[in-house]
Amino acid sequence: MTLSTKATTDKTWKTICGTTDLVKDSGISALIANSAGEDEQVAIFHIPNSEEKIFAVGNYDPIGEANVLYRGLVGCIDDEPVVSSPLYKQHYSLKTGRCLQEEKTIAVYDIRIENEQVQLFY
Amino acid sequence: MSTDKQLLKKFKVVVVGNGMVGHHFVEEMAKNTDYDITVLSAESRLAYDRVHLSEYFGGKTAEDLAMTTPEHYEELGVNFKTNAKVTSIDKVAKCVTTEKGETYHYDKLVLATGSYPFVPPIPGKDQDHCLVYRTIDDLEDIAASAKVSKVGVVIGGGLLGLEAANAIKQLGLQTHVVEFAPQLMGVQIDGGGGRLLRQKIEDLGVQVHTSKATSVIEKGNTSRYKLCFSDDTELETDLILFSAGIRPYDNLAREFDLDLGERGGIVVNNQCQTSDENIYAIGECALWNNFIFGLVAPGYAMAKVAAKHISGEEGEFTGADMSTKLKLMGVEVGSIGDAHGKTEGSLTYTYENQPEGVYKKIVVSSDKKALLGAVLIGDTSEYDTLLQYMLNAIELPESPEGLILPMAADKPTLGVDALPDTATICSCHNVTKGDIIASIDAGATTVGEVKSCTKAGSGCGGCAALVKSVADNEFEKRGVEVKKDICEHFAYSRSEIFDIVSVEKIKTFDELLESHGRGLGCEICKPLAGSVLASVWNDYILKKPHLSLQDTNDTYLGNMQKDGTYSVVPRIAGGEITPDKLIVLGEVAKKYNLYTKITGGARVDLFGARVEQLPPIWKELVDAGFETGHAYGKSLRTVKSCVGSTWCRYGVQDSMSMAIDLEHRYKGLRAPHKIKFGVSGCTRECAEAQGKDIGIIATENGWNLFVGGNGGMKPRHGDLFATDLDDDTLVKYVDRILMFYVQTGDRLQRTSTWMDNLEGGLAYLQDVIMNDSLGINAVLETQMKAIVGTYQCEWKTTLEDPEALKRFQPFVNSDKADSNIQFVTEREQIRPARGAEKIDVTFIDATEIVAEEA
Repeated sequence: MTLSTKATTDKTWKTICGTTDLVKDSGISALIANSAGEDEQVAIFHIPNSEEKIFAVGNYDPIGEANVLYRGLVGCIDDEPVVSSPLYKQHYSLKTGRCLQEEKTIAVYDIRIENEQVQLFY
Repeated sequence: MSTDKQLLKKFKVVVVGNGMVGHHFVEEMAKNTDYDITVLSAESRLAYDRVHLSEYFGGKTAEDLAMTTPEHYEELGVNFKTNAKVTSIDKVAKCVTTEKGETYHYDKLVLATGSYPFVPPIPGKDQDHCLVYRTIDDLEDIAASAKVSKVGVVIGGGLLGLEAANAIKQLGLQTHVVEFAPQLMGVQIDGGGGRLLRQKIEDLGVQVHTSKATSVIEKGNTSRYKLCFSDDTELETDLILFSAGIRPYDNLAREFDLDLGERGGIVVNNQCQTSDENIYAIGECALWNNFIFGLVAPGYAMAKVAAKHISGEEGEFTGADMSTKLKLMGVEVGSIGDAHGKTEGSLTYTYENQPEGVYKKIVVSSDKKALLGAVLIGDTSEYDTLLQYMLNAIELPESPEGLILPMAADKPTLGVDALPDTATICSCHNVTKGDIIASIDAGATTVGEVKSCTKAGSGCGGCAALVKSVADNEFEKRGVEVKKDICEHFAYSRSEIFDIVSVEKIKTFDELLESHGRGLGCEICKPLAGSVLASVWNDYILKKPHLSLQDTNDTYLGNMQKDGTYSVVPRIAGGEITPDKLIVLGEVAKKYNLYTKITGGARVDLFGARVEQLPPIWKELVDAGFETGHAYGKSLRTVKSCVGSTWCRYGVQDSMSMAIDLEHRYKGLRAPHKIKFGVSGCTRECAEAQGKDIGIIATENGWNLFVGGNGGMKPRHGDLFATDLDDDTLVKYVDRILMFYVQTGDRLQRTSTWMDNLEGGLAYLQDVIMNDSLGINAVLETQMKAIVGTYQCEWKTTLEDPEALKRFQPFVNSDKADSNIQFVTEREQIRPARGAEKIDVTFIDATEIVAEEA
């Protein structure tokens, strides 16, 4: 509760890594300090054949309760880009963070590629 | 108390007898919970399977044969009493009394008292070692007598008599069958079939004496007894088993004035009611239309009709088909409908092949359009088809003889599609084709589910093949699109993808997706393609184009555990390890504080390694001479072995060397699922090889090879594939079998289910592997050779590749470790912390910040 009262810094685009760090059709993870100053883990997926090309979602699997989503396989279900949890295989939409099998949602981040830099908005 | 009162109000149904039919009635009746059901059985056991009684001598126990248990009846809410022989019926007061004087009131009484073996009135029949074959107790008496006997005679050459003869032959007795009629199984088969059956049974070492009437049993000269026949011949024997037909147990009806047939049997109408409308009779004690049905299927049908009638539903018993198919002492025998051609104007076609021991006859109507009956000896493969022709009055093809002639090529086969939905597939449980389709509509997705849902095939089991083909046909119809497609991205089965990749020389997933798929792929098709590409081309699986295809276990070359850490499992081929290497494992585990456990596969698992720890741990292991154990892969896991002839007093072959050689040969092979081997050095089978995908057991002359065994979720004994193989032939066969499995197996299909689903089963696989019936063995061997020749330890390759090692950094932008992975100590080792045991590192940091600010 107290945390929300803490002054927050404004969100900006911040560079996480270079495009050469991305792995095609697969994920990597990044550690960021969120606006409240807490560590947050982000899973970043590079899917060149998709419309968005790059996605960022929370790395924590709320069902398996472990920071593993970046190690899941990516693909699509009914044209919705998804990652499948490596623990129990539920699918999470990379666009909305919604779990397709259970009532769970993970965070979604704005992400872009600028001058061969991978930038996250937080 | 309130329950008792409710019970009092309930309609009372009392069932006398708990044989297969009585039990079936209980199950039918208990579907409706409005009835208070009481079962009174004179036997000491609840219902058991009498059809498969002879298997009691084949090692099955009374428990195996049991059809129900006290617990099951309690669950159904059925009251039951064993050793409760009913001795009187009071039709006016509507109650029955047992031998012990207990009285039970009924609203409806069901007599399912069955039958007893008929013992002809031969002088001397009541001595010791003169037995019958009907109950488990009888079998125990037979077994006891057999221990002090050398020769056994079965009096009666009918179906049951031959089963009884088989039983005493299995007990090691010199066996004779004596039949009054001029042929065996006169009820079911004709003279021609009887001749061949006799010849086959005599070939098996059972002597058959037909047209013999026993006039007296006397003290023997060389054996315990002597049978004296009316033609003045004699036969010496120690044990006599009467199997001269059955007689209905109708004494209750006789004493308490229910109508009986002239030669016994309780007369029933089409609803199975006796002459007293509140008393029913079902099964072998009942006489319907002046006929007693001595088979289980009509009994079940009666049980169902009676249960329906009592519940006020409609139903009628209108007779039953007496066709039967069975295996007697390994001889296949089938009889359908009018086997003797008694129908007026009927015509017959006969095929006899003496050298092969096959006799087939069909009886058709005078216009040659309808099948009336058939006799099949030595080969009953056409039984199902012929039975369906008869039961459904399907019009015969122009040349009906084609149905039984061995010219397979243009043989008219009756596709299951041709059967109407009303066709009875399983007559024991009266399951129709429509019922099977309905079970699939209701969600059954495998033949096993269809069987458990409909009970089809769980009676005599004779229809198992037909049930499978009806279900498969139905799956095929709706399945081609839904079922065999691996996922929404590929409209192909795994084996089709395998063919596409090999034939079109496709080397990457992207190529495959572009040419044959759609969308982005998913967690099903990607690893599948990865596995197929690895099987066909044996590339390093973490090579760039394949990297994104692998499940996390394959990507990180370890098994992910629940907290996101991995296990480390080096290969310990055959479970053989030097003390020095064992020390290395201990040192590494200690250094990285890994939980250490010896596995069932005779190796050591180290748990709790974070991704970033995997490369340094493996570097130490690889430097010490270890290699990856592929515990993460759908590939060869372990070859379990005993020490064999090297150390063991009983070993007959060097199982240890064989195990190590095989493990090194097949390590790294990617397959539809994991593969386990076992090699035992003698028949004591200490390595439990028959429970493995590939099981090898040493013999005095070489090796016996078993295929398709499994432990785990659904244990299965491996099938004996070949015997007494030399080393080279063994390896050649295993090469071919594994490669054939890799090519044709479905995704995540172990060899056990692969074997179960292989059309043609074991015989087919033997034909492919040993006789090269598909002409593919050279290809299979070349493929295996290529894979064996290009093996690489994936960990060694990874450690040499800086690009690959980047994958093991915890974060792309930080060297911190994942704070959510935490351990606590249990039994002096680590284990993952559970929810409440975790310290929220982030939270502490945050409160500190808040505290500072405050």
